[in-house]
Amino acid sequence: MPNISKKRRLILASILMVASFLLHKIIGYEMITILVMITSTLVAGLPIFKKAIMALRYRIVGIDALVTIAVVGAMLIGEYWEAAAVTFLFMFGDYLESRTIEKTRSSIKSLLDLAPDTARVRRDGVEIDISPEEVVQGDYVIVKPGEKISVDGTILEGSAYINQSAITGESLPVNREIGETVFSGTIAESGYLIIRADKVGEDTTFARILEMVEEAQDKKANTQKFLEKFSRYYTPAIIVLAVILYLFTKDTVLALTLLVIACPGALVISAPVSIVAGIGNGAKHGVLVKGGEIMEKLGSIKVIAFDKTGTLTIGKPSVKNIKAYEIDENELIKIAAIGESYSEHPLARAILQKAEEKFGTISEMPEEMEITTGQGLQFKWKGKTYFIGNRKLFREQNIQIDMQEEYLQSEEEKGQTAVMVGDTERVLGIISIADIVREDTEKLISNLKSQGIKKMVMLTGDNTRAAKAISEELGLDAYYAELLPEDKVRVLGELQVKYSKIAMVGDGVNDAPALASADLGIAIGGAGTDIAMETADVVLMSAEVKKISYAIGLSRATVRNMKQNIYFALLVAALLLAGVLVKTVNLSFGMLIHELSVLLVIINAVRLIKYGEKEKLI
Amino acid sequence: MTTKTYQLETVTCPSCINKIEGMLKKTKGIEKSEVLFNSSRVRVSFEESTIESEEIKKKINQLGYKVLGEK
Repeated sequence: MPNISKKRRLILASILMVASFLLHKIIGYEMITILVMITSTLVAGLPIFKKAIMALRYRIVGIDALVTIAVVGAMLIGEYWEAAAVTFLFMFGDYLESRTIEKTRSSIKSLLDLAPDTARVRRDGVEIDISPEEVVQGDYVIVKPGEKISVDGTILEGSAYINQSAITGESLPVNREIGETVFSGTIAESGYLIIRADKVGEDTTFARILEMVEEAQDKKANTQKFLEKFSRYYTPAIIVLAVILYLFTKDTVLALTLLVIACPGALVISAPVSIVAGIGNGAKHGVLVKGGEIMEKLGSIKVIAFDKTGTLTIGKPSVKNIKAYEIDENELIKIAAIGESYSEHPLARAILQKAEEKFGTISEMPEEMEITTGQGLQFKWKGKTYFIGNRKLFREQNIQIDMQEEYLQSEEEKGQTAVMVGDTERVLGIISIADIVREDTEKLISNLKSQGIKKMVMLTGDNTRAAKAISEELGLDAYYAELLPEDKVRVLGELQVKYSKIAMVGDGVNDAPALASADLGIAIGGAGTDIAMETADVVLMSAEVKKISYAIGLSRATVRNMKQNIYFALLVAALLLAGVLVKTVNLSFGMLIHELSVLLVIINAVRLIKYGEKEKLI
Repeated sequence: MTTKTYQLETVTCPSCINKIEGMLKKTKGIEKSEVLFNSSRVRVSFEESTIESEEIKKKINQLGYKVLGEK
């Protein structure tokens, strides 16, 4: 009997409850009726009594112990029906709660289920199937159409359309070719791939996202910490009240009923269920919110600072204009490309790309090269010294640039960065480079405005005129230009003093310090960039910036949901207490309301799982 | 001082949190414990010279919550 399944026990208890009810109505409180009621109490109550005793061994009075005392007490004073009803309701409630609470966690669980469970690798010319944990770095992993990729790696052979929804939340497949990176947990929808494993097992982006989501769902919101403290005092207080009332009034039923309602179950779970549903909703759509506290903060942000390059723009600058003085345009690009061949700067990539378009790969290398951060670089080629950079660089070399000033300004006003190329005596030419504003940036800005964000500013290392042009195009409130990474931190500090809560949005490439120093760091395009994922509080796995407004909306909906739950739970607790004291609430009715309130709180949280789907916010 | 996380069977009842944390708090050698309600895990910081991980697992099991794994 003690070892039957929960479901069978529930069915048996239900039958006994119906039987006791009918017997009571038809023949009244006869011996047989009482026996059936006691059996029903035992069937439903045994697991509760057992748990109560186990906890009592550690001197812990949990809800099981309180219910046990109430039930035993009820039987002693002859309230057999009440005893049976209380145990049955407690058991039935628990069963329904565990079924529904699973739903609040379902988004996260479905994410966990996306983890790859097998990997096919080629070792010594033979293909073998192994578990993904056994793959080592450098293994050749083979992926056939429809299969899940089990490592983070580089494509060595083949190309495929890959569904990256597990990571970015985006369901449209993307094409990946030789040399490009693919992620574990994504699915090759077509095409046959051979991948070199770069990151395996727990180091893969997918595994790290899972770890972070798992961590996040239990990072408590401030409200939650308060509630836990409250319920820690509430239960003992009610127990003491029950004892005192019993001593004064000798009213056993009243004292026992108080015990049944002493645990504010709905209150304890009101916050965690909302948060897990909210975080799950985000994770499913490629937005990782790192915990309850962040969830609370995100929705209350009033000021947002954006990094420009790679955040508001796509971060792939290209050459827009070439102006050459005295030398040929092609010659100018060639010289510039040679000078930039070692540089990692985004502007360098634009120049190299242009040169490649014109002449194919350039194999010539500079003889010497030196970079000055914030200015540019100088290099030697065929024994001659050249400079590539901004005004500061040329002024420091005492090279005349007054003649170029007008042209520079007109280019910069178009939102372009004008890079000068020169030798030791003069400017040879000017290359204008510009980045493209992301498609969804404008939509984002207008969404944020309608969401009540008061101020949006841009921080950039770019020149003032280019910053101004883009800032005006997008309708931002202010811009701060020509900033080094450490300047961004300083400007954020100043803004914090002025506006208190401020969020920083960046791509994490060179703004990790800024992301960390803001009240809230939001990283975009997080998949694959470890620093961004680590430092930011909110991570957008894909580069769709408009998801920022979805994330803010989700945060507000989650907080709203949490508040509804809390107020409801507090109200129920107060009404129950009052009801018991004025004797309108008896044992079984008290238990019924208690269980119902827990259930309602969970069901309310489940609504969050669908947030944004109907409104097509994602 | 060692910190370990134990994966439990799905925790669903609100009072489990207080029960498990309360028990661990009263156990010698355990510095800090936290029930992660949503992921059904318990994170415990303990002094290895006083109490072994196996002992902690046994205690949680005895309280009626099956420990499925640890890390």
